[in-house]
Amino acid sequence: MVNRIACFQVFSSLGGRSAVGSVSETLLEETMQGDRLVLSGRGAWLAVAAHDLEATIESLIKKYPSVKTVAIDMSQVERLDTFGAWLLERLVRAFTRDGSKAEVTGLKDDYRALTEEVRKVKLEDIPPRTHGQTLAYALNAIGENIAAIGQSFAAMVNMLGALVVALVRVLSRPRSFRLTSMIHQLDNVAWRAVPIVLLITFLIGCIIAQQGLFHFRKFGADVYVVDMVGILVLRELGVLIVCIMVAGRSGSAYTAELGSMKMREEIDALRTMGFDPIEVLILPRVLALIIGVPILTFLGSMAALYGGGLVCWLYGGIDPDIFLSRLKEAIALNTFQVGMIKAPFMALVIGVVASVEGLAVKGSAESLGRQTTASVVESIFLVIVMDGIFAIFFASIGM
Amino acid sequence: MAQASSNGQREVVIEARGIVVGFGSHIVLDHTDLDVYRGEILGFVGGSGAGKSVLMRTIIGLIPKRAGTIKVFGVNMGEASDVERRAVERRWGVLFQQGALFSSLTVMENLQFPVREYLDLSQRLLDDLAVAKLEMVGLDASVCNKFPSELSGGMTKRVALARALALDPEIVFLDEPTSGLDPIGAGDFDTLIATLQRTLGLTVFMVTHDLDSLHTVCDRIAVLAEGKVIAAGPMDTMLKSEHPWLKSYFRGKRSRAGYQPQGKAVT
Repeated sequence: MVNRIACFQVFSSLGGRSAVGSVSETLLEETMQGDRLVLSGRGAWLAVAAHDLEATIESLIKKYPSVKTVAIDMSQVERLDTFGAWLLERLVRAFTRDGSKAEVTGLKDDYRALTEEVRKVKLEDIPPRTHGQTLAYALNAIGENIAAIGQSFAAMVNMLGALVVALVRVLSRPRSFRLTSMIHQLDNVAWRAVPIVLLITFLIGCIIAQQGLFHFRKFGADVYVVDMVGILVLRELGVLIVCIMVAGRSGSAYTAELGSMKMREEIDALRTMGFDPIEVLILPRVLALIIGVPILTFLGSMAALYGGGLVCWLYGGIDPDIFLSRLKEAIALNTFQVGMIKAPFMALVIGVVASVEGLAVKGSAESLGRQTTASVVESIFLVIVMDGIFAIFFASIGM
Repeated sequence: MAQASSNGQREVVIEARGIVVGFGSHIVLDHTDLDVYRGEILGFVGGSGAGKSVLMRTIIGLIPKRAGTIKVFGVNMGEASDVERRAVERRWGVLFQQGALFSSLTVMENLQFPVREYLDLSQRLLDDLAVAKLEMVGLDASVCNKFPSELSGGMTKRVALARALALDPEIVFLDEPTSGLDPIGAGDFDTLIATLQRTLGLTVFMVTHDLDSLHTVCDRIAVLAEGKVIAAGPMDTMLKSEHPWLKSYFRGKRSRAGYQPQGKAVT
């Protein structure tokens, strides 16, 4: 036992190949007796020696392509494991394939069961891993991806429909609504997100004001920075920044939660008990987002305006009084409304995408990771697309 | 192979002495002793929550122990250097209860993973051996490119066993190998373990609840209760014992002896 450990240590410490190289000649010796090839095995045919044994065997097979009889004497082989037994089997098979005769003698009784087991191995062709030709594969991948986009769009519409159905059912039986669950989710997605949302929107407000002041000053238009900050923050940035953060923070959490529940068959368990997973799990989550995101948007917008005002005062020399009166002229109620109206719709998109991706998780841990990534990427993409659509819509109705 | 050495003295491959393991104030194993001999199939039983899996996981080094020594192949695992410990770890294979196949790798890659780490072999030899191991556990090359999530429960166990055997270990640890299998599948799995034990000369440490497995394949049975190994020996000893727990376990309603007193294990 101790020998084998020591042996393994030597092999691994010397980097394997070179160390065993010197031993390899002793593993298998060849002699020609007339037209008969005699091979005699030596030493331990174990996993650590398999690399060199394979090389020896392959070179022997190449060297004697037309030999008629082969005798393999295994009496000097002290130890044999599956690796050695398989290589012996490969040697025998290579010679017998061309109709030559190969005979194994002197094998220890202990190893007979193993060699017989290995002889039974059929070694069918392993199914190919590649998917045909490169061009066909590329076209196939493009097609699959386009189909996947269509399918995920269909899945989102499907989810939206299921949510509406669940909502209608809940409205007809208000007592079945999971209020506790929704409050819990609201705590997670809204209340706990307040500090980080405030911090980031405050910083964004500061940066916009600073950049505006820096560049507008060249034209002597410092005071218009207030217009820019006000309109940009209230119409676009407040809601966008908040939605991107919520998608990364809560959308991903939803996907991971639902995905691991799917993996552990919890969702199936709910279904068998007669509960609708959409109603029990997804509706409270999506509603929590629809309530939480507008609140966060409001808070975020205020923090950004505050940050902008602070920079205008300290860096641009615009007094708070002037900032406020300028802001009052620059924005109207509808500037604020545009941002706030968008918020719940964006929340709905984030919630639906997160739920669809969560339920699409298959059995593996990798799949969970992939769907979570997809959830965040898709919801941020869709939030920005929605923002574009809203911009066109509000422009055409003159808001 | 080497079931017993020439002088009749059986070689101890795992020697656990005075093992204490606890979680917080709850002591699971209280000065537990256990010997496993070379070439045997040891069935390790005990009530649910008695700490069978805990002892197994302590031996393979997944759970830290508070006291005691564990020697595997004569190497004291607590004092061994990293290199020594890795050399010992290379000589055992573990079949976890749920298979623990890597979900992001195919069956083929799962089987080749440990081999690739330890040995420098050609891809062809790796592929050949993976298929050979799969055929030894009763599967074939058609499952090679499947992912673990696409396998049935029985197939998962077989693939996991093949992976545990990938490096030709001398000891295999099996954690409830037949749980979750139908009786036919479980019976086949028992036969498979017995066959592999014979052909590869394995020492098998099997945590199980399956009385059929204990009857058909185990050479020796060790019983864990109240944090100690209260009995160890062949099935006959267990059936003769008057210890109340052993009586209700081996001669209870669900045991063979309960309804089949003329069964071969009793005679």
